[in-house]
Amino acid sequence: MESLYLLIPLSVVLVFIIGILFWWSLRNGQFDDLEGPAYRLLLDDQDEPAEARTEARPVKTDTSCNDLQ
Amino acid sequence: MQSQATYDYKVVRQFAIMTVVWGIVGMLVGVIVAAQLVWPELNVHEYLHFGRLRPLHTNAVIFAFGGSALFATSFYVVQRTCHTRLFAPGLAAFVFWGWQLIIVAAAVTLPLGFTTGKEYAELEWPIDIAIAVVWVAYAIVFFGTLAIRKVSHIYVANWFYGAFIIAVALLHIVNSAEVPVSFTTLKSYSAYAGTQDAMVQWWYGHNAVGFFLTAGFLGMMYYFVPKQANRPVYSYRLSVVHFWALIFTYMWAGPHHLHYTALPSWTQSVGMLFSLILLAPSWGGMINGIMTLSGAWHKLRTDPILKFLVTSLSFYGMSTFEGPMMSVKTVNSLSHYTDWTVGHVHSGALGWVALVSIGAIYFLLPRLYGKTEMYSVKLINTHFWIATIGIVLYVASMWIAGVMQGLYWRAFDVDGTLTYTFVEGVKKSYPFWTIRLVGGALFLVGMLIMFYNMLKTIAGQRAYDAPIVVPAAAHA
Repeated sequence: MESLYLLIPLSVVLVFIIGILFWWSLRNGQFDDLEGPAYRLLLDDQDEPAEARTEARPVKTDTSCNDLQ
Repeated sequence: MQSQATYDYKVVRQFAIMTVVWGIVGMLVGVIVAAQLVWPELNVHEYLHFGRLRPLHTNAVIFAFGGSALFATSFYVVQRTCHTRLFAPGLAAFVFWGWQLIIVAAAVTLPLGFTTGKEYAELEWPIDIAIAVVWVAYAIVFFGTLAIRKVSHIYVANWFYGAFIIAVALLHIVNSAEVPVSFTTLKSYSAYAGTQDAMVQWWYGHNAVGFFLTAGFLGMMYYFVPKQANRPVYSYRLSVVHFWALIFTYMWAGPHHLHYTALPSWTQSVGMLFSLILLAPSWGGMINGIMTLSGAWHKLRTDPILKFLVTSLSFYGMSTFEGPMMSVKTVNSLSHYTDWTVGHVHSGALGWVALVSIGAIYFLLPRLYGKTEMYSVKLINTHFWIATIGIVLYVASMWIAGVMQGLYWRAFDVDGTLTYTFVEGVKKSYPFWTIRLVGGALFLVGMLIMFYNMLKTIAGQRAYDAPIVVPAAAHA
């Protein structure tokens, strides 16, 4: 099963790369706010054609996103 | 902080339109090969034989239809969530035209019989090289855009798209390692032999499902479901866990395609184990997507785009339950090589990949032409029901045919001889192949309705690029 000598090291190397990326994103503060990004996504279309904005903005039930204001 | 700069929607428009076009082409070929199984006399010419057209169908729907949907949505999502224009738009144009050229090359070479014989990697070496080049260009545009983002947070959808881009590059390069032997016949031989080749092939094959047909489309889901529902994703925290859990475990599931073969038994068992583990992140993501509608379920009654998106998640849940079950060796001994596998694939491909793509494209098209909705919302609804009925007919008929075939093949008489000849199982399958043909044809009709709706939406409209707005809280 020589192909496993290729695939297993390759997968292990990949896992380490993924691990490094995870470490980077943790240090970079990507996970500091795990609520806000979900709301911010909905606020990015202030620039749609005027008619597209007629639907009301979602009601914010979560107080943790007050910093969006 | 309103600026005059606009997003670069041109390449998004091109890929969005080609998604519908290639969807029709790929699914038409699918309907033709389904008809060839019902009426074998339809194999009229060597170029149009089942064996030539079947890889054309799979390549067209996965890489032309699915690929275009992924390019369109990823180029849109990465710009919108990073609040910046595309990095290197010239390179993005190269990605579009390069990818179209590759699709045309596939559509010519596959019927002519140029094939490596590796499933979902049939294209011969010059096209393989072209794919690698275009893919690297794609990676540069995508990650370049991420690098010049105007907000510090990278939205979860981009993580899924990014993982998809990196994994597909790795899979394609390793699996397509081959030795060209001829320029005129395009012939090449794989760098691996025998079982080794099979193992590399299904490491590729399953991860093509995992990263091309899952991770990329999950990125799509995490943007378009919240946007269309106008609700934040149920749990952003869960979406992050979903991402890391999925990419850490997916790479190892490939051997379940090689149960009861010359592959060492322990390798098969490892593959089965990781396939079972995959159920957890898959369902976490599915629940996260569906629960995004909590408190807004009423929208499903009136919004057909949301119907597409939520139904796609239901099929994602079903096929990611079915998949791990089929990877259990005892279940696999019944299901392997039968139409059950074909049904499972289409539950994922039509139910999950196609429905989520169609929903996303319906979301995109009006926005790319400065409109608020498609020409006819009613026709979207019609499309939804025709497509859903088509999938149910397809999947249910293949379940029945598959289990029946499995039971026919494993039936023994008391003296140890096979109870049925192979052809008896084939004969019994005909009614189900006919139902499958009807199901597939219905799905194709839905795509034709979409094409009409798209033309009517675009007709007379000018291309529209939305202005970039950088949120005030961006650098918080």
